[in-house]
Amino acid sequence: MPRARRSRQAQRRGTSRGLTLVAGLVFLYLLLPILIVIPVSFSSGSYLGFPPPGFSLRWYHNFFGRADWLGAASLSLWIGGAVMVLSTALGTPAAIALVRSNFPGRNLLVGFIISPLIAPVIIVAIGLYFFYARLGLVGNPFALVIAHTCLAVPFVVINVSAALQGFDERLEHAAMNLGATPWRTFWQVTFPIIRPGILAGALFAFISSFDELVVALFVSGSTAVTLPRKMWDSIRFEIDPTIAAVSTILIVLASAIFLSAELLRRRSERLRSAAPLPEPSAKEALPDGATVI
Amino acid sequence: MAGAAKRVRRASRPRLTHPALVLPLLAYLAAFYAYPVAAMMFRSIAEPHWTLDNFRKIVETPVFLYVLWLTFRIAFVVTIAALLLGFPVAYLLARIDRTKSNLLMMLVLLPFWTSILVRTYAWMVLLGREGIVNQFLLWIGATDAPIRLLNTTFAVYVAMVHILLPFMILPLYSVIRGIDGNLMRAAEGLGATPLGVFRQIVLPLSLPGIAAGCLLVFILALGFFITPALVGGPRDLMIAVLIQQQVELFNWPFASALAVLLLASALLAFAAIAKRLGLEEAIGRAAR
Repeated sequence: MPRARRSRQAQRRGTSRGLTLVAGLVFLYLLLPILIVIPVSFSSGSYLGFPPPGFSLRWYHNFFGRADWLGAASLSLWIGGAVMVLSTALGTPAAIALVRSNFPGRNLLVGFIISPLIAPVIIVAIGLYFFYARLGLVGNPFALVIAHTCLAVPFVVINVSAALQGFDERLEHAAMNLGATPWRTFWQVTFPIIRPGILAGALFAFISSFDELVVALFVSGSTAVTLPRKMWDSIRFEIDPTIAAVSTILIVLASAIFLSAELLRRRSERLRSAAPLPEPSAKEALPDGATVI
Repeated sequence: MAGAAKRVRRASRPRLTHPALVLPLLAYLAAFYAYPVAAMMFRSIAEPHWTLDNFRKIVETPVFLYVLWLTFRIAFVVTIAALLLGFPVAYLLARIDRTKSNLLMMLVLLPFWTSILVRTYAWMVLLGREGIVNQFLLWIGATDAPIRLLNTTFAVYVAMVHILLPFMILPLYSVIRGIDGNLMRAAEGLGATPLGVFRQIVLPLSLPGIAAGCLLVFILALGFFITPALVGGPRDLMIAVLIQQQVELFNWPFASALAVLLLASALLAFAAIAKRLGLEEAIGRAAR
């Protein structure tokens, strides 16, 4: 019997070691592409060999020295900024309404609002392309803002909804009982508590637009060339390491945004758990991992 | 849901919010998302006149049928590969303590938040003739000359699985995290082998996560465009790439018919799972 148990333990250790090995290899697979692009971007060679023959910043010079690359980057920045503002303005009140109320068809509505996340982007892209083509708006940056907002708004709705879960509504009741208008109650009570969630949603909305290619491919025409669109054209014609330099910049930007959003998410959880009034029934109603919306 | 209790309790109080706050967003999405997509789909049967010819053309042309079959085959293989690679990771993340798993989860989410174009480009660098994979194969002596990896179906699989893995890992993780560890300890105490514990406890209890992850990956894979267009060969024509080509050729009604087929496939897969627990949560977790 002791021997049998020992062999089982050994077997279990073997299993967990095997599991760790496999998981480690998968992590390597997940990170490898990012870890390769960064050194290639600093290569002094003009082809994509590995390891790079030497260190240089020539591809970054190439990016920052060329008007077409910079123009594309600044267009993407302002489109992303506009999308961020528009989708936050539309998504925040919608999330509040969806979390706080229950009406027939609510779940269907939630499904509709988050469907742009799952629907094949190519379908949305050609639908919008035909739509804008008829209106003569292909190549208009505002058309891209409007289109990207549809794809970005689910991120705002999901993040604001998450921030509202477990929010103690009695804080608002107290404010209104003391004579605050609903508008003032929102800005002085609700907004400060859900602000991390709103900011996280806004950041995700920005990056989703900043990285978006498929819609831009159809809608940007030849006059509203965004950064991903410029990269796409460039990849198809020459794959010199300039794109590796752009990719590195994008990886750094995405990581910064992702880490900020993650910190905001933790802050939002802290804010909620620091709610001053204990409310056992509401806590029970929303166990960890309850549905997001 | 305990939401009902909350509703009753709060019904009589003054509310800051009103369901109508959802209306601006609803109107926006109806005008700039639902209407354009619906109009596009309508085009597939209404142009050049009322007809099903666009769909007939798909069914009657072997090349287009091949594209459909290929799209499903690629999506299927990618889903299975993502499940096989994602399960060990999700299982490991769910079994270690939260501080460590939150840290390791960053390694899953960081590539997830890097743009698909960047990651696809990275695979072009990795799999190219001079790329690190070929260098490695030459170095270990597995091959004498660089082999063609880029612009093959293999490259499509490698890059697509890479991009879609987080969508598999996240729902699996949240379901496995919820399995009561005592069940496994009890089974072990009663003499089950690790394989037995896995087969009789872990696997059945993680089925909702497996279902959610597989369908999410499958649906997203069906509509993939950027990756097959860049790393695939000329024969790896997935339906989204075909749609783009047809739009460029100004065969708009036909492109619309293809889009209708793609959407119908995605919706069918979605309907099969939408009611199940886990999908909304999984998408929610992935998006924040």
